Amino acid sequence: MSPTPRFAPRDPQVQSLVRTAQAGMASRRRFLSLAGLGVSGAALAACAPPLPPAGGKAALKLPKDVSSTDKTVKWANWTAYLDYDEDAKNYPTLEAFIKDTGIAATYSEDIEDNDTYFSKIAPQLRAGQDIDRDIFTLTDWMASRVIQAQLCQPLELIRMPNAANLLEPLKDVSFDPGRNYSLTWQSGFAGIGYNKAKVGRELKSIDDLWAEDLKGKVVALTEFRDTAALIMQNQGVDITGNFTKDQIGKAFDEVSKRIADQNIRRMRGNSYLEDLKSGNAIAGIVWSGDLFILRTETEDENWEFVIPESGGTLWSDNMMVPITSTHRRNAQTLMNYYYQPDVAAQVAAWVNYVCPVQGAQEELAKTDPDLAQSPFIFPTAEYIKEKNIQSFRALTPQEDQDYSAMWAKVVGN
Amino acid sequence: MSVMAHATAAQSGAGEATAKRGGWTPYWLLLPGLLWLVVFFIVPTVQLFTVSLQSQFPDYPGYYYRDVNVGNYATAFSQFLGHFGRSLFFAGLATIFGFLLGYPLAYAMAFKAGKWRNVMMICVIAPFFTSFILRTIAWRQILADEGPVVSTLKFLHVMPENGRITETAIAVVAGLTYNFLPFMVLPIYASLERADPRLIEAGGDLYANGFTTFRTVTLPLSMPGVLAGTLLTFIPAAGDYVNAELLGSDISTKMVGNVIESQFFKVPGGFPTAASLSFTLMALILVLVMVYVRRFGTEELV
Repeated sequence: MSPTPRFAPRDPQVQSLVRTAQAGMASRRRFLSLAGLGVSGAALAACAPPLPPAGGKAALKLPKDVSSTDKTVKWANWTAYLDYDEDAKNYPTLEAFIKDTGIAATYSEDIEDNDTYFSKIAPQLRAGQDIDRDIFTLTDWMASRVIQAQLCQPLELIRMPNAANLLEPLKDVSFDPGRNYSLTWQSGFAGIGYNKAKVGRELKSIDDLWAEDLKGKVVALTEFRDTAALIMQNQGVDITGNFTKDQIGKAFDEVSKRIADQNIRRMRGNSYLEDLKSGNAIAGIVWSGDLFILRTETEDENWEFVIPESGGTLWSDNMMVPITSTHRRNAQTLMNYYYQPDVAAQVAAWVNYVCPVQGAQEELAKTDPDLAQSPFIFPTAEYIKEKNIQSFRALTPQEDQDYSAMWAKVVGN
Repeated sequence: MSVMAHATAAQSGAGEATAKRGGWTPYWLLLPGLLWLVVFFIVPTVQLFTVSLQSQFPDYPGYYYRDVNVGNYATAFSQFLGHFGRSLFFAGLATIFGFLLGYPLAYAMAFKAGKWRNVMMICVIAPFFTSFILRTIAWRQILADEGPVVSTLKFLHVMPENGRITETAIAVVAGLTYNFLPFMVLPIYASLERADPRLIEAGGDLYANGFTTFRTVTLPLSMPGVLAGTLLTFIPAAGDYVNAELLGSDISTKMVGNVIESQFFKVPGGFPTAASLSFTLMALILVLVMVYVRRFGTEELV
């Protein structure tokens, strides 16, 4: 006997409707399974490797620029990366820009780390979709990927006279010679950050972070070009040279061990600042400027940033215009504005990152002579040499893929 | 009676006409739903499936070609077995805790709340008014080392001086339980509320004590709700990665969702692995749910 439905409809008309619907359901199932078979059949047919992807660059087609009629520009950046007025709840230099130019600029702290942000926007950019941002700010190696994949627009340097103020060593970077696609926003160091009062002593080397009493109180950065690079330097590897897979693997193993031994509490992107604020961590591998902002925000002078004895890393974040942006001119106006020495000085005084603008040091000296001497904002060539501050070498695509996969395992994915 | 007979006669007379007229109507009514299913379920699933079988192009990192590389599944499963285990274990714990917390709550709402019922209802639903991620981040603050919970536990010496809650499995399970609790409470409440109170009274009339009445009358009456609640908790909890990401640690508490996220977003060319992981997770949950429904199931699944 078949089970009786719970609401057996008495009305014959309803009954017939129910029957038809049930029949439809069966045929729908059949249809779906057939469709599935068809598609997987097509997949099976395509087993042989196709021709390799074609080399060379396609001609770039830029979207129509509407800057003159639509006076807006939207900027994606990292946390704690632009001067902020706690009382007025706005960005003073950006407000001045809006007032000067009449371009409504919006600023959002979208970027937690390069990988996550890029993976989010890359499919949209490749599909030619607008990502609702006109400037994004990415680190050198990611900027290199973006430029190679033609996901950003060339800059009209002739409309950006202040761009000539860029520090000489940064003008001819390997990923963008002549700076046709990108302009440095800030540079910075990765090193050790800690709270002197809570730690109770000075931390000088990477090994100091693994002290017994700091167990579970240390954070480290999620990108291997920061954390593993510092550890490689500590292991005596030259991160600018042709290090081998074994050498980087050894640094990865060290990170694994430190996570397993619970020396490192958590690997974090820019959100490590939250852990430092909440007291979950009191030391870590961090970016230079952030710790100075932490001083202001927590009103605690004990936050210290040091370059480890074995050396630190130097990186830059670069402003670029996404390929689908229709406000390139506005974006250029904004970049040009931030390359005025006095504006750059104002930003530098707040963010405490390495300022890439010539003349900013003189401007800052007028308002804050002490800060203008800070090696974290205006490092001299001797300082960089003496402290063994290096840039992580560019990886080949194959290395990039291999090391990323290895690193994912290290951080538990 | 005569009215019935009349209607039946009329029906049989107009039988063919109805069949003709009604032949296409159900399909038209089904069309929007069918289209929805095809566009947002079938196509992405098939697409994901083909991606899960792709092979890496030799010497072109990050490039893949269509293939039937079943090896992806083998590597995905063998490499990330621990993550699968943790996902199911954490989700199972969250479901059990959700049930233990949710059932009394739903029971109180259905039978004891009186005029407070609506207030309790709002309290259960209110968390949905803010984002899931924000609430989880809030938990990070609440459970932080210098936050109220840890300070209190340390003051009471329940917890060692260097102990912590965030970045542990406890925090992840607590987060999962909290986030999916409403999905447990609401279906149980719905089926308890529908239960006939006279049946429960009858239990007492037949000299059963409170516990026996609960065990033999109330609980069976609420079984459809319990089944729906446990499924609504377990399935999303097993695939969740937000709680493990925000409240967990790096190695010991990562779940399958975290691996999928990282393979999709952080490892260049990790798409096939991520896709095969997604499929394996889907299959695993499907099997578990089928076994569960077969074992405890009713046809009255809400």
